[in-house]
Amino acid sequence: MLEIENLHTKVGETEILKGLDLEVNAGEIHAIMGPNGAGKSTLSYALGGRPGYEVTAGSVTFEGQDLLDMEPHERAAAGLFLGFQYPVEIPGISNVQFLREALNSQRKARGEEPLSGGEFLKHAKEQAALLKLDMDMLKRQVNVGFSGGEKKRAEMVQMGILDPKFAVLDETDSGLDIDALRIVGEGINAIMRKPDKGVLIITHYQRLLDYVRPDYVHILSRGQIVKTGGPDLAKQLEEQGYDEVMAA
Amino acid sequence: MSESVILPTSKDEAWRYSDIDALEGMDLGTFDAWRDITVPPGETYRECFVVPDDDKVELTRLRIRIGKGARCEIFAVNGGGLFSRIEIVAMLEEAAHFELGGVTLGGRETTREFVVRVAHEEPRATSNQTVRSVHWGRGTGNFLGRIDVVRDAQKTDAAQSFKGLLLDKGASANAVPQLEIYADDVKCEHGATVGQMDEMARYYMAARGIPPEDARKLLVRAFLADAFVALDDEAERERMMDAAIAKLDKHL
Repeated sequence: MLEIENLHTKVGETEILKGLDLEVNAGEIHAIMGPNGAGKSTLSYALGGRPGYEVTAGSVTFEGQDLLDMEPHERAAAGLFLGFQYPVEIPGISNVQFLREALNSQRKARGEEPLSGGEFLKHAKEQAALLKLDMDMLKRQVNVGFSGGEKKRAEMVQMGILDPKFAVLDETDSGLDIDALRIVGEGINAIMRKPDKGVLIITHYQRLLDYVRPDYVHILSRGQIVKTGGPDLAKQLEEQGYDEVMAA
Repeated sequence: MSESVILPTSKDEAWRYSDIDALEGMDLGTFDAWRDITVPPGETYRECFVVPDDDKVELTRLRIRIGKGARCEIFAVNGGGLFSRIEIVAMLEEAAHFELGGVTLGGRETTREFVVRVAHEEPRATSNQTVRSVHWGRGTGNFLGRIDVVRDAQKTDAAQSFKGLLLDKGASANAVPQLEIYADDVKCEHGATVGQMDEMARYYMAARGIPPEDARKLLVRAFLADAFVALDDEAERERMMDAAIAKLDKHL
């Protein structure tokens, strides 16, 4: 579903990703773990096409299409969802307005009919309930005044509403307390644990992986995948630390 | 009204950011024309207007007396004219309210401005001014806002907010808040910021599937909407927003 080959990415003058290879098939959930500065967030932004993250070599193929050739909004319409580590506040625009605009832009790009206001609200309500997020929150301005945990839950509601084929979740677990972590984990399972979807979870810690069990765990270090294993690898990292596991 | 009218220069404080050159050759009779509005005690007066889209000098001058307990609301889209100046003097009697919601928009070499003096002449009057400016090309937006509170005007509550959004490098926005307060029990707030489009917000919107040009329009619309929050007639609010957006659509 997603094939990354020899990906090199520069931020400013610094090369962060130095030949990263990764393949995620439909129906799989992969986790990428790694120490600070390994290039985890750079990988998510390179996949999401954020300006300033320059891919200098390599290829990324998403469902047979050249992902790197697409603009960020085209990647979204093709079915890629990027869960932000720091969701952005947009004063003056409500979540409902923002998400309806986003969903209908994606539908238009795919040649589908737009959803009416009523249809959209019904759909949004269902997804918000899944993440135990109040509809009143969705009427508020995008992420404005939300706590860290609320922002992350709102990201997952966005994912539910947009229903992507593939999600790259960049430290979605940071800032969550124990209850919110469980709710978010269950949300990811409900929305994305499907035979035709794929997920790449980028995280520091093993704890989210107690709720969303990955099929594969990769260790990212200095811009490359240095080790791949099953869910046990995450536990081993938690117990022994990066240095010891990578040296083994 | 004044006996000896002469054209201002950029040395005049109230004209320092204006397009003085555009005034050259103006008929002094029309130049000094003011429109007087009197709002009788207890009544409400509202006016919404859009400066016509032409290449002339547009001077709109309102002198408003707001009677005891009366309310006056002015909403304006200032996005026409080579140089367009909306000048307002509002005089508030006891417990009166003055509301101003204005936007300036413009590109090329245009200058659009609000020059406002709100005089709290008696106790317990309130006023609120919200001006938003969006400029591109070499366009300029100005807000000169003065609030006078006389010695006996206790319990005055006056607020003023200006924000400028510059879409191109050559565009500019100027804000001059001026408070003259001679009473001691008053509340006066003012704030002014000038910035550029939030690129992270645009990227966030793109990452959710919204094309960049639509994202830009949504962000500008949200920015301008502040100016019309206090307008409680939905149809009028839509009309004002549409007039502003139509102006922008040609350039975004």
